[in-house]
Amino acid sequence: MGPLISQDIIASEWNHVIALLIGMVFGFFLESSGFSSSRKLAGVFYGYDFIVLKFFFSAAITVAVGLIYFEYMGWIDLSLVFVNQFYVTALIVGGVIMGLGFIMGGFCPGTSLVGAAIGKIDAWVFTGGLFLGIFIFSEAFPLFEGIYNSENLGPVKVYESLGIPRDWFVFGLIIIALGMFYMTGIIQKRVKKVEY
Amino acid sequence: MDRSKNYFNPYFGGVMVGLLLLATFYITGRGLGASGAVKNTVVTTVHSIAPDHAKDSEYMSKFISDDKHPMNTWLVFEVLGILAGGLLSGSLAGRLKWKVEHSPKISSRRRLIFAALGGLLFGIGSQLGRGCTSGGALSGMAVLSTAGFISMISIFGTAFIAAYFFRKNWI
Repeated sequence: MGPLISQDIIASEWNHVIALLIGMVFGFFLESSGFSSSRKLAGVFYGYDFIVLKFFFSAAITVAVGLIYFEYMGWIDLSLVFVNQFYVTALIVGGVIMGLGFIMGGFCPGTSLVGAAIGKIDAWVFTGGLFLGIFIFSEAFPLFEGIYNSENLGPVKVYESLGIPRDWFVFGLIIIALGMFYMTGIIQKRVKKVEY
Repeated sequence: MDRSKNYFNPYFGGVMVGLLLLATFYITGRGLGASGAVKNTVVTTVHSIAPDHAKDSEYMSKFISDDKHPMNTWLVFEVLGILAGGLLSGSLAGRLKWKVEHSPKISSRRRLIFAALGGLLFGIGSQLGRGCTSGGALSGMAVLSTAGFISMISIFGTAFIAAYFFRKNWI
């Protein structure tokens, strides 16, 4: 029963080999789907290209359903799977800063890596900025520390926060995703084509 | 049509990455990531140039330990894989080319300045929010964590709201 590595079913020596292979598949599909192009990525914010939304939600619902299925079949112990800590303020302020970075830079960290891999100079510069930003955060940490450590609600699940059963939440998420996929088709037809 | 513009269907790519992420959870118990590896690289660089400074830094010292080198971590190897996988895909599709991609309405210089600023903000934000779009939003949503959903909403919501002010850069 999974997760395999944390329970020593696969020897931890394999950990980095697996990491490299998983990264390769991730990078391959990111690039092949068009995530090495900042102009395709930014399309979601102007309505001329929705690859980000389509890709992101297809992936999220696939995993959410997959994990429930794996648990149902007794293949994975979900209590051993990492769940992100909910530091309310840090997460929201961090998200707002990242959102500004996204619309200005046209990449996020993962996509800038695949952009850089195929020679996009703007992606190299974005990645350079990323290094500098993390360095600045480290140096100015005392400034951010208050927000960084405040209000940790722990590894809460979204359906607990909303007070609805898990499976209903996932079902709703799928319906919302399908609704958004349908809407993108309508919006894209109405928005002026952008050549890139 | 130019072959380099032939991309996978985004639903197909998304489902494939979803299956990959599912396998990642099954094997490792954790999701994918990107910014964490950059952080480890920054910490290692500072630690090599000015070891005392890195140890004194309250933030960087969290990631330095005597028995494990910060570059010897899962995320660093995964990110090396991302670079290799991107290169492979780009070379198969004929997309390997040095260029600055930008809207014809703006100069390369302007594009690069904004790319640098965007990267810088993403660097700061990803540390404050404990994860970027990959590890925070996507992997976070996949395990149905509230943090993942809030992260996704604040990143994309802000970008949508701010999009109007930066429209000249893109459309």
